[in-house]
Amino acid sequence: MGLADRILNNDIRAAARLMRDIDDGLESAKAELKQLYPHTGKAYIIGITGPPGAGKSTLVDQITAEYRGQGKRVGVVAIDPTSPFTGGAILGDRIRMNRHAEDEGVFIRSLATRGALGGISHSTGDVVNVMDAMGMDVVIIETVGVGQDEIDIVRMAHTTIVIMVPGLGDDIQAIKAGILEIGDIFVVNKSDRDGADRTARELSVMLEMGHSRDSGWMPKVLMTEGNRGEGIKALVTECLAHKEYLLSSGALNKFIMEKNAVILMNMLKDGLFNEAFRIVSKNGKFDKMVQEITDHSSDPYTIVENTVKGLIVTNRN
Amino acid sequence: MSSRKLRILVGKPGLDGHDRGAKVVARALRDAGFEVIYTGLHQTPEQIVAAAIQEDVDCIGLSILSGAHNTLLPRVSTVLKEKNADDIAIFCGGVIPEDDIPGLKAAGIKEVFTPGTSTEDIIKWVKENIAEK
Ligand SMILES: Nc1nc2c(ncn2[C@@H]2O[C@H](COP(=O)(O)OP(=O)(O)O)[C@@H](O)[C@H]2O)c(=O)[nH]1
Ligand SMILES: [Mg+2]
Repeated sequence: MGLADRILNNDIRAAARLMRDIDDGLESAKAELKQLYPHTGKAYIIGITGPPGAGKSTLVDQITAEYRGQGKRVGVVAIDPTSPFTGGAILGDRIRMNRHAEDEGVFIRSLATRGALGGISHSTGDVVNVMDAMGMDVVIIETVGVGQDEIDIVRMAHTTIVIMVPGLGDDIQAIKAGILEIGDIFVVNKSDRDGADRTARELSVMLEMGHSRDSGWMPKVLMTEGNRGEGIKALVTECLAHKEYLLSSGALNKFIMEKNAVILMNMLKDGLFNEAFRIVSKNGKFDKMVQEITDHSSDPYTIVENTVKGLIVTNRN
Repeated sequence: MSSRKLRILVGKPGLDGHDRGAKVVARALRDAGFEVIYTGLHQTPEQIVAAAIQEDVDCIGLSILSGAHNTLLPRVSTVLKEKNADDIAIFCGGVIPEDDIPGLKAAGIKEVFTPGTSTEDIIKWVKENIAEK
């Protein structure tokens, strides 16, 4: 039996192995993903982003517990950065989620960014698909949370939760507009700390100012104390409200179409490039091109133009 | 296209208090280019094995100072076997008397690093002994 067959038979090891094959870019993973694809599209996907130490993993743990209480199966994809110097990584999000380790209704996978910059790894979408095919009702993605350009998560998740903490104080003004635009729900975690109310108020004001009237969804600001599970029920209820909004407004369909357009575009880009590069690299052609540019006997613009034309002509015949 | 990246779970079974040693090893393994899944303190053997399976690691590195190595380490090995996952190797480090090492190895622990082992030795051992799957 292949990995996909085994996964559809609830084989955990097969699922874990396919995720690795995906991450390692093995060609064989594609056939398995093809087979799993008809079984995807059912999971509700939540993205969680916010600065390091804000309590993302803690909240993932709590949200997981809440959904388990509802009898739902939960997949977690937790992403941490790859060191650009060594290529290694320490993936430490599981520390906060250990109580779910043995629960067969929970599957947690840590991924390293492996050079990707948008807060998630290139493999994240496909790993989520595997969890979806495994029958996970909810998949939670925890992003790296370093930069403010973690926009990839918005395209991946039905609902994006942005976690903040008090103590940002006046710096809240410094929060880039980007972060306000990506959240469907905002959470001020560590509500036990001084200034939590103020942070929440300021955030609310900023969201109201930035809110466009055509948008049917107004993001709320919620408070949580992740450590003690305070505010988690309300957060999960708000996720449900957002999911229902997506369904009833027709926004869900638009979201899925846009997501698929981007996925298709990226895969086309990769596929076409790989194929073109394979052809162009034959018989040292590519090296010859580099040489021509280097000694100025030609230029990169002409070479690329001619190469692309050539590839298209070849394929027409 | 790309080649396999080695994945290693580092954790600490049992009840003893701090994880300094485990963290040092985790960092050294990261600096050697591996992906380290760090699961922290107070892990039961069952939790360690479940995590190792979900993360599809090549090996498990356990740090243990509590003196409970003779029960906890063989237990991890047994649970791995029960889950048909004994292709995942176990190595350990910590305060482990020389006399206990043969017993641990017989119980399926692939290598035991005693205090004073450098992180370079550990990395070298991992490179040489944990075959890429
Ligand atoms: N005081 C306080 N600490 C919290 C709260 N939630 C999480 N923490 C702590 O914040 C630290 C970082 O949490 P973690 O979930 O790892 O953050 P992440 O880096 O965003 O994933 C941990 O020590 C948590 O125990 C909270 O509500 N209040
Ligand atoms: Mg985290």
